[in-house]
Amino acid sequence: MNRFDYVRAGTVAEAVQAFAGAESARFIAGGTNLIDLMKYDVERPGRLIDITRLPLGEIAEHDGGLRIGALATNATVAYDDRVRARYPLLADAILAGASAQLRNAASTGGNLLQRTRCYYFYDTGTPCNKRQPGSGCPAIQGVNRIHAIFGTSPHCIATHPSDMCVALAALEAKVQVSGPEGERSIPFAEFHRLPGDQPEKDTNLRPGEIIVSVDLADRDFSRHYTYLKLRDRLSYAFALVSVAAALELDGDTVKTARLALGGVAHKPWRNEEAEALLQGKPATRESFQAAADLVVAEAKPQAGNAFKAELARRAIVRGLEQAAAGTPQSITDKRIQ
Amino acid sequence: MLIESGSPVAADTKVGISLTINGQHRELQVAPWTTLLDLLREHLDLTGTKKGCDHGQCGACTVLVNGTRVNSCLTLAVMKDGAEITTVEGLSGLANEGAGTNGLHPIQEAFIEHDAFQCGYCTPGQLCSSVGMMNEGHAHSRDEIREAMSGNICRCGAYTNIVDAIEDVMAQGGAR
Amino acid sequence: MTQTFSSTGRDSFVGTPRSRIDGPAKVTGLAKYAGEFSAPDLLHGYVVSGIVAKGRIKSIDTRAAEAVPGVVKVLTHENRPRTAWLNYNYQDQVAPPGAPFRALYDDKIHYSGQPVALVVAEDFDTARHAATLVEVDYEAEAPSVDLSKVEAFAYDPPMKRNGIKPPPKPWGDADAAFDTAAVRVREQYTLATEHHNPMEPHASTVIVEEDGTYTVYDKIQGVSNSQGYLANVFGLKKDDLRVMNPYLGGGFGSGLRPQYQLFLAMLAARDLGRSVRVALTRDQMWTFSYRPEAIQTISLGADRDGTLQALRHDALAPTSQFEDYQEVVVNWSGILYRCDNVALTYKLAKLDTFTPADMRAPGAVTGVFAIETAMDELAYAAGQDPIQLRLKNYTERDQTQEDKPFGSKALKACFAEGAERFGWSKRNPEPRSMREGRELVGWGMATGVWESMMMQTSAHAILTADGKLEVGNTTGDIGTGTYTILTQIAADTLGLSMEAVTTKLGDTRLPEAPIAGGSWTAASSGTAVMKACRDVGEQLFRLARQMDNSPLANVDFERVAFADGHIEVAGDPARRVALVDVMRAAGVEKLEAVGQAAPDKDFNSQYEAYTHSAVFAEVKIDEELGQVRLTRVVSAIAAGKILNPKTARSQILGGVVMGIGAALEEESMMDTTLGRFMNHNLGEYHVPVNADIHDIEVIFVDEEDRANPLGVKGLGEIGIVGTAAAIANAVFHATGKRIRHLPITVDKIIG
Repeated sequence: MNRFDYVRAGTVAEAVQAFAGAESARFIAGGTNLIDLMKYDVERPGRLIDITRLPLGEIAEHDGGLRIGALATNATVAYDDRVRARYPLLADAILAGASAQLRNAASTGGNLLQRTRCYYFYDTGTPCNKRQPGSGCPAIQGVNRIHAIFGTSPHCIATHPSDMCVALAALEAKVQVSGPEGERSIPFAEFHRLPGDQPEKDTNLRPGEIIVSVDLADRDFSRHYTYLKLRDRLSYAFALVSVAAALELDGDTVKTARLALGGVAHKPWRNEEAEALLQGKPATRESFQAAADLVVAEAKPQAGNAFKAELARRAIVRGLEQAAAGTPQSITDKRIQ
Repeated sequence: MLIESGSPVAADTKVGISLTINGQHRELQVAPWTTLLDLLREHLDLTGTKKGCDHGQCGACTVLVNGTRVNSCLTLAVMKDGAEITTVEGLSGLANEGAGTNGLHPIQEAFIEHDAFQCGYCTPGQLCSSVGMMNEGHAHSRDEIREAMSGNICRCGAYTNIVDAIEDVMAQGGAR
Repeated sequence: MTQTFSSTGRDSFVGTPRSRIDGPAKVTGLAKYAGEFSAPDLLHGYVVSGIVAKGRIKSIDTRAAEAVPGVVKVLTHENRPRTAWLNYNYQDQVAPPGAPFRALYDDKIHYSGQPVALVVAEDFDTARHAATLVEVDYEAEAPSVDLSKVEAFAYDPPMKRNGIKPPPKPWGDADAAFDTAAVRVREQYTLATEHHNPMEPHASTVIVEEDGTYTVYDKIQGVSNSQGYLANVFGLKKDDLRVMNPYLGGGFGSGLRPQYQLFLAMLAARDLGRSVRVALTRDQMWTFSYRPEAIQTISLGADRDGTLQALRHDALAPTSQFEDYQEVVVNWSGILYRCDNVALTYKLAKLDTFTPADMRAPGAVTGVFAIETAMDELAYAAGQDPIQLRLKNYTERDQTQEDKPFGSKALKACFAEGAERFGWSKRNPEPRSMREGRELVGWGMATGVWESMMMQTSAHAILTADGKLEVGNTTGDIGTGTYTILTQIAADTLGLSMEAVTTKLGDTRLPEAPIAGGSWTAASSGTAVMKACRDVGEQLFRLARQMDNSPLANVDFERVAFADGHIEVAGDPARRVALVDVMRAAGVEKLEAVGQAAPDKDFNSQYEAYTHSAVFAEVKIDEELGQVRLTRVVSAIAAGKILNPKTARSQILGGVVMGIGAALEEESMMDTTLGRFMNHNLGEYHVPVNADIHDIEVIFVDEEDRANPLGVKGLGEIGIVGTAAAIANAVFHATGKRIRHLPITVDKIIG
C-alpha cells in the first residue's frame, strides 16, 4: 500500500473540499474494494478521505419511494424491512453477492464504485488499459472466461462485478451526487459507462463528486421479480451471468418488464428493446425466449467465454419465468426454481 | 497526532486513536495505512486473528467490530477510532456467566466437541463469524447457516462439522 | 497381529472418539503458526515477484525502495550473500531429481512469479510499500507453458524420484487385446492444474539468538527437512539451527519441501545479523508448488460381460525446466484391476513453470479419476452395474508388483457397506432417468486407492517422577490429529490418563521423524511412540521388581499390565504399585527411551499394502443452467485400524471436500502468452465454501492389517482419491453427458 494523507470528513461539504486540489484523492467508506486494490498497488491514492462519519447512512421515505443513504451498508439495505417489502429484488441481489462480512462493511455508494475483477486489471505484472491506459488488453487473447460479452471495446473486455447494481439498473434507480459544482441526479443507466477508448473510466462521475444517495422510485415490482445468479460455486463468487427480472403483470399479460444482466458487460446490461418486446405479450416461455434471443443477438464473446451467451439466453428465460410465477430465486436454497 | 475533522493528516504522521479491544481500552498510535488485522497481529501481538488472504476472500481475519462481523484485513484501523473490537482471544469474555467449565465461549466448546477444525488456521475467523451470524439473527436452518458462513473458507474441509457446531449452540440458546 | 496398546488387553483411548487435544489452543487463538512468532527488532521481508516467465533480468533498480524510511536492505541477485555452490546442497529430503530452484541466484528467469528481490524493512507495511518501488527491467522470451504443445518432447525421466514407483513393465499385449476386444473404451482425460492453498500462507521466521545460533519457525510439514536444507545451503551446523513448527495452518503437500521464503528469511538474517520474518501473500501461493495437470489416455478392452482383456493407461505430465518431478499416476490402474494385457506409461514434458509438487494423494487423484471414469464408461458399454463390473475385475494381488498379495484389502466391504448406506440398489442405471422437480439426479460411484506406507521414525517417551509422560518427535501435526492419536497411544501403552501425557511435535530437538505426508505418520510415529513407551514400561517394571515387598516379585514382564497409573499383575489388580511410587522408591527423577519404527521388511517382501475406498456421490443438476449441486457423498474406507474415529472421520471429510473442489471448481488458469497463472487469488480460484458442502457420510469398514504393529494404514489421502470420479460419474448418470475434463463447470454442462 502506498503512503497517503488521511482526512476524516465530518460533512459532505468538508469531504468535497478535501478532494479539491488533491488529484489522486479517493473517498473511502467500507473500503472493501479500495483497500483490496491498494494492497495490490492497483489504486495509489495520494489522499484518503474518510467519509464514514458523514450523515449518509439513513434509509428514508422519499417521493413515494425510498432514499438509500450512500453509507447505508449492503447488509443494512438488504435486511431493511421497507426494502424487503417493496424492493425485494434489491435485497436479494445484495444477498447474492460477496459474504456476510463484506456486506456488513461495504457501503451502497462503494458498491456502485466497485472495480472490475478482471485478472489482468488486478495484476500489476501484466498490461491493462483500465489500470494503465495504453498498455494493452491481454485478456482479449488470454484467460477471458469471466469477461464481458456485451458492449466490449478493442481496449477492454472487463465486467462490472456488482450484483446490487444489476437490481438497481432494473429498478431504474437514480444516483444523487454532490460535487464541486453542486448536486445532480444521475439515472442509473447513465451512471456506469462502457469501456470504449477510455476503459480507465468506470462511471460518469466527475472528479470530486461524491455519491450521497440512491433513490428508488415508487414502482411495485414486489410480486414478480427474481435475482438469478450463476457462478462457479454456490456462494461467495462473482456472477458468470446474473439476471435481475421484474415484471408488472395484468393477468397473464406483461404490462411492464425490466431486465438487467450482471457479469456480462462493463456495466449492468439492459436492453430496452427486449423489455419493450415483452410489453403486452403473454407471460409465457415463448415470449421470454423471444426477448432473450433479442438480448443475446448482440453478444460478441471471446474464445473463453462463448458459453456466457447461451447461459445468458437461458438465464433470462428462467429469470422471467421465475418473476412471472412469483417464485423468486432463493438465496439459501440453491435449487433453481 | 489527533485527528481534526476535515484536516489532512500527512502521510508520515501517526494518528492517535482509541479502541476497546476485548474489553480493554487502548490508546494507540497508528499509521493511516495499517489495517485492523495488521494492528492486531503485528503491533498488539494478538495473533489469534489470522491472515489467510489479506483481501477479503477467505474470512480468516473475521473479527467483531461493535458486535458486527467484518474482515479486519480490509478495515483501516484509523477508521475504527472509538470502536469496540472482539477477537478470538476475547470470545470467552463475551460469554460471561455462560462460559463453560474451562472458560470457553459455547461456540468454542462446540467447535472442539464437533471437531469443527483441523489445522486451526481458519478457526478464529469461523468462530467470530459464527458469533456475528448469531448476533445478526437471520440464519436458522442448515441451508441458511451454510450460506451465512460461506465467507469463511476452510481448506481442511470441516464445513459439515462447523454447521453441526453452530446448530448445537443455536439450539442451546445462541451466542449469549 | 495387532492386539491392543494397553497391556490390559483393552484400550481406554485408542479406538474411541476423542476431541483434539490441541483444540483449546486453536479455538482461543493461542496456537501460534510460523509467521506469528516474534523477536526483539524483528525485520520483515516482502518478496518482489517477477512478471515474466522466461528470460533474464536486464537491470534492477532498488534505490527508490531503499530510500523509504524504515527499509533496511533490498536483496537481489546482484547483492545477495553467497550460499552453497553445488546443487545437491539444495536438495531437500523429498526433492525430485534435478537442480532445485535458488531464489535470487542469478539474472535468469525460470518462471512467472519468481522472486526477484526481497525488501527488508523495520515493519511489514513499509516492506510492502517499498516492494512496489523496486524497478525491474526484463529481457523476456516467449515461454512454453502449454502441455498440449509439447507432447512431442515427452520423455521418460532418466533419474527416478526416490520413493516413487515408476510404471511397471507391460505384461501381455494390451494393444492387440484391445483391438480384438468385444467392448472397448478409449478416451482422453484431463484435470486442471491445482494449487494447494492451505489457509496459512507460507511464512518463515528466523530468529537470531544471542549466542549466534538460529531459532527458525518454518511452515513445513516436518522440521527436520528445513533444518537439513538450511544447514546444507548456508553451511551451518545442525546444532546451531533449531527449527520448530508446532502448528501448521494446512499443508496438503505444499509444506513438504522448504519453500523459497525460508531461504530468503535466512539469507536476510545472515546478511543483516537480525531476526527476519518472510511471509508470502496469497497471490504468491501461486509462485511455487502445484498439482500438475496431466493428459491421460485410457484404453479398456473387455469381454461382453465386462471382464477386462486389455488395459492401457498413458499419461503425460508437466515438470519444470530444472527438476523432474514425478508422481504415481498410471500404476493405480494395474493395482485396482486384474487384467492379462496391461501397458502403463508415464512421461514428462518440460514447461517454463515452477516444479510441481505433491498435493494430497499426488498422482492418485489424477490417475484414479481417469481409470475410475473409464471404468464407469465401460460399465455402460458392457451393460453392467458399476459395482458389479469392479467386482468382476477384482484382484487380490498387485500385478504391478510381481503379483504379490495385498496385506489386506477390504474393498468389497466398502462396496457393500457404502452401497447399502447410499441406497445404491434403488438406482435406475439409465442416464437421465432420475429427476426431482426441475433437477436431474445422478448417482455415481468410484473406487479409491492409496499406498499404505511406513517410514523410518524415532520418538521419545519421558516419564517424570510426578507421573507425567512426554512423548514426541519432529513430525508435524498438519491438522491431521497427530497430537491426539499419539497421546492416546502413549496413554494406553503406559496406562495413564490422556491428561497425564504431553505430546510434543515439530521441534528439531526432538527425535527425528520424517515429514508429515504420504499418510504414513500415524503408522510410523504411532509405532515409534508405542515402542518408546513400552521401553519406559520395561524400565518401570525392572525398578518395581526391585522394590521391597514388591507386589510384582516373581512376575515376568509379559504378565504385568499398566493401568490407572499403576503397574499390576495382569488379572490380579490387587497386586499393583503406582508408577510414581516405583520411581520414588528407586530414587529416579525420570525414565526415558527412544523408540524406533521402520517398515517391516518381511511383510513388505511378501505383501503390498494399500488403503481402499468406495465413494458414492449424488448430484442434482439444473441442466438448462448448468448448475451442479452435490447433495450427498458416502465414503466407505478400508484403512486398517482406526485410532480415533472422530479425527479420522474429519480426515476423510477433508479429503472428500478437496475432491469436490477438484471435481467441480478448482482450476489455476494459465495465460499461455504471458506464462502466468491469472486467477491467483481465492476470489477467482474457487475452493469449496460452506454452501457447496452438504451431507458427507464416512464409513470405516473393518480391516485387519499386519504391515505394522498398530494395524494402522493411514487416512490423510484416501478420502480425496476417487471422489472426483464418483462425482463425474454421477454427472453422467444425471445428464447422459460424459465430462472427461475437470473441473466440471457450468460451461461444460451446458456446452
